[in-house]
Amino acid sequence: MESKDTQGILWEIFVQKKPGQPFVHCGSLHAFDKEMALQNARDLYTRRGEGSALWCVPSSAIVASSPEDVGPFFDSSNDKVYRHPTFYQIPEGVKHI
Amino acid sequence: MSTSPAFLPFLLRIADTNLILSQRLSEWTGHGPFLEEDLALTNIALDILGTSRSIYEYAAKIENKGRSEDDLAFLRNERQFLNPLICELPKGDYAFTIFRQCIVDAFQFHFYNALTISTDETLAGIAAKAVKETTYHLRHTSSWMERFGCGTEESHHRLQNAMNEIWRYTDDLFDMPEGYADLVKTKVAPEMMSVKENVQKELLPIIERSTISIPDPSFMQTGSVKGIHTEHLGYLLAEMQYMQRMYPGSRW
Repeated sequence: MESKDTQGILWEIFVQKKPGQPFVHCGSLHAFDKEMALQNARDLYTRRGEGSALWCVPSSAIVASSPEDVGPFFDSSNDKVYRHPTFYQIPEGVKHI
Repeated sequence: MSTSPAFLPFLLRIADTNLILSQRLSEWTGHGPFLEEDLALTNIALDILGTSRSIYEYAAKIENKGRSEDDLAFLRNERQFLNPLICELPKGDYAFTIFRQCIVDAFQFHFYNALTISTDETLAGIAAKAVKETTYHLRHTSSWMERFGCGTEESHHRLQNAMNEIWRYTDDLFDMPEGYADLVKTKVAPEMMSVKENVQKELLPIIERSTISIPDPSFMQTGSVKGIHTEHLGYLLAEMQYMQRMYPGSRW
């Protein structure tokens, strides 16, 4: 399918609030190249002190699960209670947990 | 602070540069080539408007005649504005706007850099903040210069047209009001020859990367420092000052 979009490709933007913290997805934008993506991300998402670092990823590079995957991917963990920490009883002597 | 008679015109020249250029940039708001770039340019307009406000506020204090920053921005006429001619030129196409902006960004980057060591603490403080902003502006506009210059035949042609149109106004940027030497001597303001050298060193590689050429012979248009402007400034002021002229003293 030919795209009629003349605003460049779509990029997903991830912002890191402080060094050491995870990069969190905050939205997407249009840009024609890497430098433009970075600059547009700065102007759109970090002008009010939201972050100290940015990742820009072409949306096409993201591999996503599809809605049909919900069952096989995610539901099966629900019936395995032992995967959750709350399943285990903590011995009386253990402190600070 | 300086008691030199050149100090107030000097402050107004910096403030007017930012105000007039900001007004020109804001004409693109809502009309940019695409949403993200529209925002980017409006952000630049807002940054430099902020700088102009800080300087007008300081200028009003230095003048000490009871005029406010708003009075200085909205109640002076064409001959009293000291912005360089390059700022008042109509916005043209996007290549024109970017080319003009890149020149002024390079100028401001080196001018503010030199001003950060001013003996005037207020100016040094304003300059330190402006340097950070201008570093980004220059990065943004210089990358657009390259895209236009090395993009399509059409974009290259438009950027070269902008160069042919604007280059003659570049010398005017470096003129400073009469008595400026006093400010340099007391280290309130930077020596303009060295600012000019730095700006040239900054711009020439950008122009080269953009594969456009500098027109020759290069006649230079000056006069802004004496309040002699192009025919475009009057129209800009008429629009910008309309509210204050029509409803004197009106406030938000």
